[in-house]
Amino acid sequence: MNKRDFIAIGVVVLLSVLGFVFFALKGSGGQTVKISVGARVYGTYPLSENRELKIKTDAGYNLVEIKNGRVFVKDADCKDKSCVKQGEISGGSIVCLPHKLVVEVTGEGDFDAVAR
Amino acid sequence: MAKRISVIAVFTALALIFSYIEAIIPFNLGVPGVKLGIANIVVVCALYIFGVKEAAGISLIRVFVIGLLFGNAVSLIYSLSGAVLSIAVMIICKRLKLSVIGVSAMGGIFHNVGQLSAAALILNSSAVMYYYPVLFISGIVTGIIIGIVSLPIIKNSEKLRS
Repeated sequence: MNKRDFIAIGVVVLLSVLGFVFFALKGSGGQTVKISVGARVYGTYPLSENRELKIKTDAGYNLVEIKNGRVFVKDADCKDKSCVKQGEISGGSIVCLPHKLVVEVTGEGDFDAVAR
Repeated sequence: MAKRISVIAVFTALALIFSYIEAIIPFNLGVPGVKLGIANIVVVCALYIFGVKEAAGISLIRVFVIGLLFGNAVSLIYSLSGAVLSIAVMIICKRLKLSVIGVSAMGGIFHNVGQLSAAALILNSSAVMYYYPVLFISGIVTGIIIGIVSLPIIKNSEKLRS
């Protein structure tokens, strides 16, 4: 490896860190679960209420569960089940590419959430 | 000339076999979307042994054939955007006189960037950007590994060039 390698990789890494910080500040933790399929918003639900959602689309189905302030995909009929493996989240997002499903935790947190 | 064409054809076949191996035995590192991308060894080597056109051709043929055999229209879009961005960046980096390992690492990074951007566009959501750091680091690491493997192949390839 030469000097140019380190410069190129360094510049790219720096840009990515800046980009990630930007996204992290924009959408850090929250109180609301937003579920969207493609460009369409399927629905928004409070993170504090436990519930199970069966989301059926033309591509297939996903079983999303909200439990104790965390959200996760319990089951899906896709091949690789990446969305199930992504586990529980209380911030950020779970993405299912084959079904174009995005589960996102958004919204302003209250003081309790900040203190936690 | 005939020899050159045959060797390029063998390279393309090798890229397909590597993709096939990776499809049946995924080197799953626990994070969705992280792959070793061993087919990229062939593309990196072709870029140095033959040139820009040949490497781009091998990469695109590989994506289309693998897409037709194992994927669907959506997975083809992901692989295609990753492959196109990756090869474009590798060509630029080679012009900028980066080493084989550097070129390969940049190719690895931008392969992931291409796929992630395609996912963001298809899902019409920036939510996938949370995967950015993971795929970035994995792109660098796998790219460097691919570069290290490719280096001795390129050095010992005089017989293939003629």
